[in-house]
This record gives sequence, structure tokens and C-alpha cells, in this order.
Amino acid sequence: MELPELHQIAEKERASQKPIRLRICVAAGCQSSGSLAVKKKLEDTVKEAGLSDKVQVVGVGCLKMCSQGPLVQADPTQTLYAKVDETQAAGLVGAVNGGHCHCATVDPNDPFLAHQFSIVLENSGLIDPERIESYIAAEGYEGLYHVLREKTPTEIVETVIKSGLRGRGGAGYPTGLKWALVAKMQSPRKFVVCNADEGDPGAFMDRSVLESDPHRILEGMAIAGYAIGATQGYIYVRGEYPLAIKRLQGAIRQAKRLGMLGGHIFESPFDFNIDLRIGAGAFVCGEETALMASIEGRRGQPRPRPPFPAESGLWGQPTLINNVETFANIPTLIRKGADWFSAIGTEKSKGTKVFALAGKITNTGLIEVPMGTTLRRIVEEMGGGVENGGTVKAVQTGGPSGGCIPADKLDTPVDYESLAAIGSIMGSGGMIVMDQSTNMVDVARFFMEFCMDESCGKCAPCRAGTVQMYRLLSKIREGRGTQQDIDMLNGLCDLLRNTSLCGLGQTAPNPTLSTLRYFRHEYEQLLTDSTVNGQLPKHPANTT
Amino acid sequence: MKRHQYQADSLIEVLHSAQQLFGYLEDGLLLYIAHSLHVPPSRVYGVATFYHFFSLKPQGKHSCVICLGTACYVKGATQLVDAISQTYGIKAGQTSEDGQVSLLTARCVGACGIAPAVVYDGTVSGHGTSENVIEKLKGWREDGAA
Repeated sequence: MELPELHQIAEKERASQKPIRLRICVAAGCQSSGSLAVKKKLEDTVKEAGLSDKVQVVGVGCLKMCSQGPLVQADPTQTLYAKVDETQAAGLVGAVNGGHCHCATVDPNDPFLAHQFSIVLENSGLIDPERIESYIAAEGYEGLYHVLREKTPTEIVETVIKSGLRGRGGAGYPTGLKWALVAKMQSPRKFVVCNADEGDPGAFMDRSVLESDPHRILEGMAIAGYAIGATQGYIYVRGEYPLAIKRLQGAIRQAKRLGMLGGHIFESPFDFNIDLRIGAGAFVCGEETALMASIEGRRGQPRPRPPFPAESGLWGQPTLINNVETFANIPTLIRKGADWFSAIGTEKSKGTKVFALAGKITNTGLIEVPMGTTLRRIVEEMGGGVENGGTVKAVQTGGPSGGCIPADKLDTPVDYESLAAIGSIMGSGGMIVMDQSTNMVDVARFFMEFCMDESCGKCAPCRAGTVQMYRLLSKIREGRGTQQDIDMLNGLCDLLRNTSLCGLGQTAPNPTLSTLRYFRHEYEQLLTDSTVNGQLPKHPANTT
Repeated sequence: MKRHQYQADSLIEVLHSAQQLFGYLEDGLLLYIAHSLHVPPSRVYGVATFYHFFSLKPQGKHSCVICLGTACYVKGATQLVDAISQTYGIKAGQTSEDGQVSLLTARCVGACGIAPAVVYDGTVSGHGTSENVIEKLKGWREDGAA
């Protein structure tokens, strides 16, 4: 396919759009609030009113404000209708046609929407995720075309290095360096793997991206494949996300049909295929070596690194593993250039980050903000603070590997280094807000139970350590703990962190450590000997 | 079913389809898969027991999955589990005696915006409370008895 043909598809798609469009969210969040029924009703109403040549109802991806679902946005007025139900369909269709309706609307100047800056989510809520034409009309696959026709793989790797993009899976390894490493390897077979095993409880960014804009991932992976010299890609997606799986399958089929995947993409010598691998519910499979084991059909157990996947990954071949969000940044980055990208964000953390705001907060949903935005802006301005007027006690980032950030640290900017400095991690982007009613020892125990269940059992520190820590936390929670137990807990944290095989064990103590650091009084209140302090010799690890 | 070219690495895919077809993975079924893919039975069993998704026991007619992700947990999902456990005398992961309802818990279904989320027979619904969960299960049991 040549560029004019691609433009032709885009033109045709744009021409087919009616003057008034009702975009209704059909991502999983709104679907569970009944958006499919609303969509059907809207379509019927439009047909009955004889407005079919003027008004069009389209299913789109996530419109971000999940707590207000089902959401409908009208073009060209951009009015965002919230909590639409079937009975309001007639009124809504009337309203876009010049009338009025009693539907609740969201103010477009609401901080939740106004402070967003979209790269990864730029098409989310605008395009129909089930039609490739819709993505092409939004300049999709154009980046891939230019890459294959005009650039060398080395140029692409250099662009990515220059952009300063870092892995969005949590650890923040520079993406460009990873690509360069795999590109350098001499091997006839290389692989590109997209890690869509979003296991963090309370995180749903990757799911939304996959459901709202699946072609973006395919394009990002194809560009990566060209840059590092791979011809096969895998997307490892959680079994818990049936809708994302369905949309990805559809997207791969459509892309193959139009020749954006498969042999001789855009009539170039480059071949690239993508297959889907469906996970079966194991948190540890988000760890890259465990993920590869799972793709190969084995138990998802990690192995020691090095060798890193870049040298010896899937079936012993060099493998590039990136997170969904990382790949989702690529098409826009390539289209707009490294300089444009590196102008966004902070000195060391470039670009934007998507967060899933949830917990006891007024506006739950998806936000994408430039790196360096403060937690206070995210939680208090955009999130609207704690629901029902409560006050924030802590914000949890990074899921079971992250930490709890107390309310007085809310002015911390969100970037990899700043979050690490206060004992949490960026993580994949789950952000859970807790209010005064949340007991922090409970939270620590909850995460420890999670890690205990999810530990694969390969290495002893993690297998046995998480169980011991869980028992200690339970003991303290039930009011049977002593000062000695806290010391022991601290010691175990140290042990797990330094001796576990993989990221799961190494980061499992984080929630406990951060709550011990900032909410120690809550632990001490529960001790039986809470008045007897400092009676025992302090463990060296106690000086956090 | 075995259109995965009998490749050993498709084991997880095969187990997925097997569970979809039969509801759960019987010992005989696992052996059959092992022979067909030319992998040792120990490996098939190992994989099947490693992943939470696969079940080696028959499930109830209906399934009620309570999400215990962080967001749902903060919003009180454990109370839902307790409510069901008390009413039906089953713990998470068990099936009620009449084989009607299986109570399961999930790590996160990704519906955090509408926490606490409950998945009834594969349909996600949000804002679960002890009352509406029990109500729903009661409906199932009455359907089963009728």
C-alpha cells in the first residue's frame, strides 16, 4: 500500500462521518454500567426520528471519567453527558439536534479534564476501537509507513534514545537503550514482546489503552520490530480482560487484511507478525522472565538475570520486552519527533504518564498528565479530593510493589526519582486514594497476603518470607503483637529486599516498609506492650 | 481443539480452550493433553495448578466473582465476601452444597472506577453491596430450585 492509498482510506472515513456524532464509551468500565444498552437505544431513537443522515452513534474507547459512566460525548459541541441511561436517549438525541434535555453534563473546564495532556490516550474516546479505518483517519499507521520507507533502523533507535522515553512498566529503564541493546545482538531470530499482564490490583490503564486504541500498540510494536530486526511479536495479555483480548484479535485481523502486519508491510522488505498469548491469572507473570516462560507454555517462574532477555529471551533468542504504555507512546513519538517529546515532562522523566485514579476519591477514572505534576494536583484538583468531603490519609502507588505516600508528602512531583526517594515507586500507574477510615496495618497486611498468594515459590526468601511477614502483620493487627514483632518485621523486609530472586520478592516489603515509616504510630497503638519502647536492642534494619 | 499444531508451547492456550469446553480440568483430560502435546504429565499438572485461572474441580452452575483489588478492598469488598460466606456457609473458592453457586475472588478485574465490582457469570457489575449481592444469589438459587 502506498501513502496516497492510506490517505484515501482516511479521507473516506472522514467523509462518512455525519455532522453530529454521539460518541458513547464502550470500554469495560462503562459497559459494566450498561453502556451497550444505551448505545442500542440511542441508535434506535436516531432511526425512529429519521435523523440517520444527520446524526451518528459511534462506540468509542474510554472517555476517562469512569465514575460518571456511561459517558456520551456529542460532536461538534463537545458536550460530555454523564450517567446516561436508556430513558434519557430520546432527550439526548433531541438535545444535540437543537433541543434541551435533563441529562447531567460534565463541565469541560473541570480540572479532571482540563489538566490532562494526552499522548497515549490521544485517540481514546475519539475513535472506534473496532475499526482500523477510524485509526487511520487519526493519522494512524502513517508513522510506520514513513519509518519503513524513509528511515534506517539505527535512526529509529536513536530517535527513541534522544526522546528520553523510559519504560512505563514501573522500573523506568530507558527504552532507547533497551532497543539499542537488542538491535546490536547478532541473531537470525529476535522477538518483540508487549507486556499487557497488568497485574497490579487497582490499575486499569493498560486495559483502557488496549480497549480504546488497540492499533496503536500494533503500530508501536511493528516500529520496534523494524528498529531491532525482529519479525515476530507477542502480546501477553491477562485472561481477566476478555474485551481487550477480543479487540486485539480484531485489530490484528484487520491490520493483516490491509497489509500493516504480515509479509512485506507497505511493500517494503520488512515482515512482522503479532500473536496473542493469553495469561491465566498469575501476578508474577508481569516479571519479564516469568512472562517469557509463560509464553513458552511453562509455569510462570522467573529465572535469575543476567542473562537479560535482550541477550537470551524467548527460546533463547534476543527479546525486547516493553509495557503497553511504552509501545503506545511510540507512534506519536515517531510522528512528532524526539524534540517534541523530550520537551514534555521533567529533566529525567520525559513525556506523560497515565494513572488510574481509584479508591476513596470523587472522580475515579483515567488521567494522563505530564511527568512532574504534583500528587496534590492529581488527587485534590483533578480527582476532586476524597468523596463525601473526607480528608486524604495516604495515596498508594505502584500496587503491591509500591508504597503508601502520606498526605503531607502530596507536593511530591510524579517522576521516577522523586517517588523512589519517598519509598514508593512509579509502578505501572495505579493510584489508590485512602481516607482516614483506612487502617494502614490492614493495608500492609492486604498487600502481604497478595504477595504471599502470588509468590511462585521458586526462591525461599519470597516463599517463606512473605508467609512469615503476613503472620506477623496479622498478629499485630489482631492486637497480639509486641515491639519485637515490629523489629522482626523490619529484619524480614531487609532480607526479602536483598535476597529474593525477582522483582516480586524484592519489592514485596515496600508497602510494609512505607507504612512502618510514615504510619508507625498505627502499628504501635496495636501492640500489647506499646508503652514499653526501646526495651529490645534495635535491629540494624530499623534505621529506615 | 488442537489446532495449535500440537506445539508444546501452546499448552496454556490448549488448557484455556479445554476449560472453556469442559468447565474444569479433569485428571483424564490433563493426561490426554499431555499425550497429545508430547509433554510429561507432570508439566501439564504443574502448569494447570500454577495458574489461578485453571480449576481442577467442577464449578457451580453460577459463578460469583468478587474483586479484591486494592480499589475494591478499600471500598469494602471483603464485607461482600463475608456476607456470602455467612449466608451460604461457603468460603471463597468453594461451591455451595446444591452446586448452584461458586464463590470466587479475583485480584483485579480492572473495573476500579465502579468499585466494589462483582462479576456474575462473566458480567461485570459495579457498586456491590452486601444486600444486592445476596439478592442476586437468592435469585439464582430460586431459579435452580424451580
